[in-house]
Amino acid sequence: MIPLWAYLVVAALLFSIGLFGVVARRNAVAILMAVELMLNAVNINLVAFWRYLQPEKPVGTNWAIFVITVAAAEAAVGLALIIAVYRSRDSVVAEELDSLKF
Amino acid sequence: MTVQQVVFIIISAFTLLSAVIVVTDRNLFRSAIALMASFLGVAGLYILLDAGFLAVAQIIVYIGAISILIIFAIMMTRRMMQTVESPFNPRPISGAIAAVGVCALLIFIAVSTWPDVEAANVSDIVLRGSVSQMGLFLVSPDAYVIPFEVASVLLLAALIGAVAIARPEKDS
Repeated sequence: MIPLWAYLVVAALLFSIGLFGVVARRNAVAILMAVELMLNAVNINLVAFWRYLQPEKPVGTNWAIFVITVAAAEAAVGLALIIAVYRSRDSVVAEELDSLKF
Repeated sequence: MTVQQVVFIIISAFTLLSAVIVVTDRNLFRSAIALMASFLGVAGLYILLDAGFLAVAQIIVYIGAISILIIFAIMMTRRMMQTVESPFNPRPISGAIAAVGVCALLIFIAVSTWPDVEAANVSDIVLRGSVSQMGLFLVSPDAYVIPFEVASVLLLAALIGAVAIARPEKDS
């Protein structure tokens, strides 16, 4: 049988890969992709805890559905923002978008 | 090793390798394809965890919708797709250190808190009923009906917001 910690370790690795992508990539679309990876890692955790610790109540899976919903909304708005920024600044490199910087 | 463990290791390696390609590849389009592969691997993990409905939802929503949306965005910002310089910002090393630190912390907590939890033996009937149970949970007043309604409002707001943000300004 697969122990619970195996799933948690996979989720932790996936989350860290996504975190690295968020803090290290230049392109804003790539940053958004890395955020999606992090959300997926969280979902693996939710489903694993549901299956191993509380399989009689679908709490974890329902939470995962809400996470998927919010991720879809986030992707739509985020990509719309990126396209709007690209249209006005002609760039999607995150470090060039610094007009709010003090 | 049982068959299940072998399948788990293969799916996990597939997911993590695709994720590494997503965050390191210079070509954004290849990153997006690797992202789809990674989502597919996560769906496989859901199936191993007896959450078939979530696996299907993952494939439909993530691979079918979000990845396609991301590919659209990559195509629309095409000039940025292939950069000659590095795909990383000037400080990738500190980012890598932060990611490794977070990873070590998470793995330490996971392994030390739940060292030997095995999957509870639930009958097939209970798990087969879990989809209908999920549906009941989503609409029953003493469970998730309010988050459910809020989620629908959120999706509507995101729909309108995305259109409003991405629409080109006519005046000016």
